Amino acid sequence: MLLIHCPYCEDSLPELEFAYAGEAHIARPADPSTLSDEEWRDFLFIRTNARGPHYERWRHISCGRFFNALRDTVSDRFLMTYKAGQPRPQLNEAAE
Amino acid sequence: MTYEKHHFAAALAVVEDLAPALRLSLRVKPAHSATLGQALGLDLPTRVGARVAAGGTEALCLGPDEWLLTAPEGTDLATPARAVYADAPHSLVDISDREISLRLSGPAVLDLLAACCPRNVAAMPVGTAARTVFDSATVILWRDGPADFRMDIWRSFAPHVRALLAQVQGELAAGL
Repeated sequence: MLLIHCPYCEDSLPELEFAYAGEAHIARPADPSTLSDEEWRDFLFIRTNARGPHYERWRHISCGRFFNALRDTVSDRFLMTYKAGQPRPQLNEAAE
Repeated sequence: MTYEKHHFAAALAVVEDLAPALRLSLRVKPAHSATLGQALGLDLPTRVGARVAAGGTEALCLGPDEWLLTAPEGTDLATPARAVYADAPHSLVDISDREISLRLSGPAVLDLLAACCPRNVAAMPVGTAARTVFDSATVILWRDGPADFRMDIWRSFAPHVRALLAQVQGELAAGL
């Protein structure tokens, strides 16, 4: 079974305790009513669909927290996990 | 085929019901947890999974801003918490009736839990607790001793969890 490191519990725990929650670092527009239809469509539906490292949100059932993870979509390997609200880490940081 | 309930003499894993207790869900910002802990008469733990007990009340840290308080029925924790509400805004919800508690013990209790619990239960330190899943039902698992556990189960999931436990107990007794 895949073990995922929860940055809040500070422990690597089984995949079954976690739920995937979509792509990370997509900020909700401050004033959605000023957006054009195309911009609103992009916010709602357009995603990276990365092949390789992908920034994504996960939720841990145990502590009830959302956090961000950098996962390789080809190998399914978690390169790193970090707390929600932290800036997007660069790929070379994750490799260290 | 028989439908008799079997009673096995040598209990490898015992499942018992625990008496109802007061359970409160406490949500408060970490910055205010010390104030609230002082009002409730215990030092709220900050590490996820840690437990602190004082004067019959026990606090378990479930998440960075979430605690579960357990106490004997009739304990009044709402009044002291209300007194510090202005300094430490929080939510304190009575969830006593939401869950039932089972005590799981016996020499094969780790095998009993490992049958449906994905977490490495054997590696859980004694004196900690964790919210986890038991065959997809959310449960809170307390480790009180090397082979002594408590499990809080949401009332509506209890028949499912009980049936699985009974089935695994049967398998353990049959030497499977």
